Amino acid sequence: MSLAILVAIGGLITVGIYLITTRSLSRIILGFSLLGHAAVLSLLVAGGRPGEPPIGGDGVISNPLPQALALTAIVISFGLTLFLLSLAVRQQNLTGDDLVEDDLEDRRVGSTEPDPPSEETDPQEEQTVA
Amino acid sequence: MTLLVALVIVAPLLAASIGLLVRSHPIVRESVVGLGLGTAAGSSIALLAAVIRSGTVTVRIGGWHPELGIVLVADLFAALVLPWALTIIFVVELYAIGQRRTAWGSNPELSGPLLAFLTAGLSLAFLTGDLFTLFVSFEVILVSSYVLLTHQGRRGQIRAGMTYVAMNLFVSALFLFGLAFVYAATGTVNLALLAQRMPDLPDNVRVGIGAWFFVVFGTKAAVFPLFSWLPDAYPTAPTSITAVFAGLLTKVGIYALIRFHTVTGMSDLGPVFLTVAGVTMVIGAVGALAQSNVKRILSFHIISQIGYMLMGLGLFTVSGVGGAIFFLLHHMPVKTVLFLVGGLIENEQKSGSLDNSGGLATRTPLVAALFAIPALSLAGIPPFSGFVAKLAVVSAAVEQASTAVVVAALVAGFLTILSMNKIWMGVFWGVRPDKAEQVPTGTGNLWLMRGSTALAVAATLIIAALAGSLLGLSERAAIDLMDPDVYIDEVLS
Repeated sequence: MSLAILVAIGGLITVGIYLITTRSLSRIILGFSLLGHAAVLSLLVAGGRPGEPPIGGDGVISNPLPQALALTAIVISFGLTLFLLSLAVRQQNLTGDDLVEDDLEDRRVGSTEPDPPSEETDPQEEQTVA
Repeated sequence: MTLLVALVIVAPLLAASIGLLVRSHPIVRESVVGLGLGTAAGSSIALLAAVIRSGTVTVRIGGWHPELGIVLVADLFAALVLPWALTIIFVVELYAIGQRRTAWGSNPELSGPLLAFLTAGLSLAFLTGDLFTLFVSFEVILVSSYVLLTHQGRRGQIRAGMTYVAMNLFVSALFLFGLAFVYAATGTVNLALLAQRMPDLPDNVRVGIGAWFFVVFGTKAAVFPLFSWLPDAYPTAPTSITAVFAGLLTKVGIYALIRFHTVTGMSDLGPVFLTVAGVTMVIGAVGALAQSNVKRILSFHIISQIGYMLMGLGLFTVSGVGGAIFFLLHHMPVKTVLFLVGGLIENEQKSGSLDNSGGLATRTPLVAALFAIPALSLAGIPPFSGFVAKLAVVSAAVEQASTAVVVAALVAGFLTILSMNKIWMGVFWGVRPDKAEQVPTGTGNLWLMRGSTALAVAATLIIAALAGSLLGLSERAAIDLMDPDVYIDEVLS
């Protein structure tokens, strides 16, 4: 097992978690991609020692199964990163910044003001943005 | 029978793809989606009959050996859960067609086909015989749910959706790490082979993997302390979508927990499960009491009820796991119905808040009756199915002398009744405040919505009527689960 890959996994996880805990959506998205890369690398490590290509190689071949799994995981995280980006753009359009909003419930519990009107029942807004 | 297993997954998948292609023609789209979901529900019922008659059906996709290829395993557990899940989705689709013209309805072009994608993912999650396909099916379910939750693009939805997506992405990454650990330790991700190889691993590795997957599946199932995303995200979506999420998505997490942790023999984790289960039940019920919106109260009940299923699993006895499986069967339709009624209430009151409601019992007694039956069932009042389910898990816990968790279960049951009372008094009794805010809702097809809700209530009553034989089947499924050799035999032979 390669020490270099292990160090890389550790580094990716560290930076990824750090980015996810920030308040800016674009950084959070980057954090998730780094975390995804770390997971894919660890799948590769799980496949054991490197070797010849499984088709056409001679001698000890490398294990193709974890690589197939890693490929699937990469494709999925590709799509999800795009989806997250589109959510972030939507948020930017609605609020003008890309910061994570406070939890409504937290604000309600923390404030002494009477409850603000609930916003889930707001069809006019929906029509203007649709 | 191979055909039945395939149809359950392929029919909704095809319906979703065709539905998206013809999305601008409402009648064609709705009939394609309805046909696909109906076919899946029908085949799942036929599959259950076949499995009861002649045992587990195993399908090797492409004829590959389980070590290399994907296997689909319809054992009694999977076959029992599928018909309820798919029938409920079919009923919810009817409700959604009725609701789509209201302000709380969803964008019809997307929501029907996406619901079908979600159904395909659900069927795959129930039927798959290996962990990686489980990961993929989770992603199919989640991607559909992300879009269903946020596709209207309202501000509240984007905010709650962001939390939901981020939470689930993080858990998906954890799932991938877990897969790497499992593969590194055993050289396989196939559940039957894992069942064979896990007992040979050193204890700390085995329990470590079990605990890791408890976190992964536990977050999907919303157990304490990993539940905070749920009551925030669920109420923001349109009713028909929340109903599917509430009834089915968290149950997939519980299903995976039961499947993985019994097959791999993780009974060492039993005490952890029981502790988490007790706290989850009480915290969920207390959280429900503190809310003042119908859908938020119901969302907290989901968490509380998850605790009961986890408690049955945590006992790791045949009666405990059997009780958990029966609880799962009972909870899927009951929870879905409650959310559907929550949507009816919003439609009648033009608001989901308890402060703006009142007097619905005299204005629409039908809605009151539709709410009362599943609410009493959820709280565990006889003769409804909730009573049988709670009795099954609690008596299994008494057999094991787990007093603390039994006390927690009874306290949580009491608190559940209290918060149901809160909805009842706020919405159905009393008078509506004069200054109540009203939100224009447009006109949905009310009778289609009410009719499908009534159909779902009937499904919960069927569970109550068949409780004896269903509980017997659940215990048979539990016996198979608790003895990994049965599963190994069925998949590998």
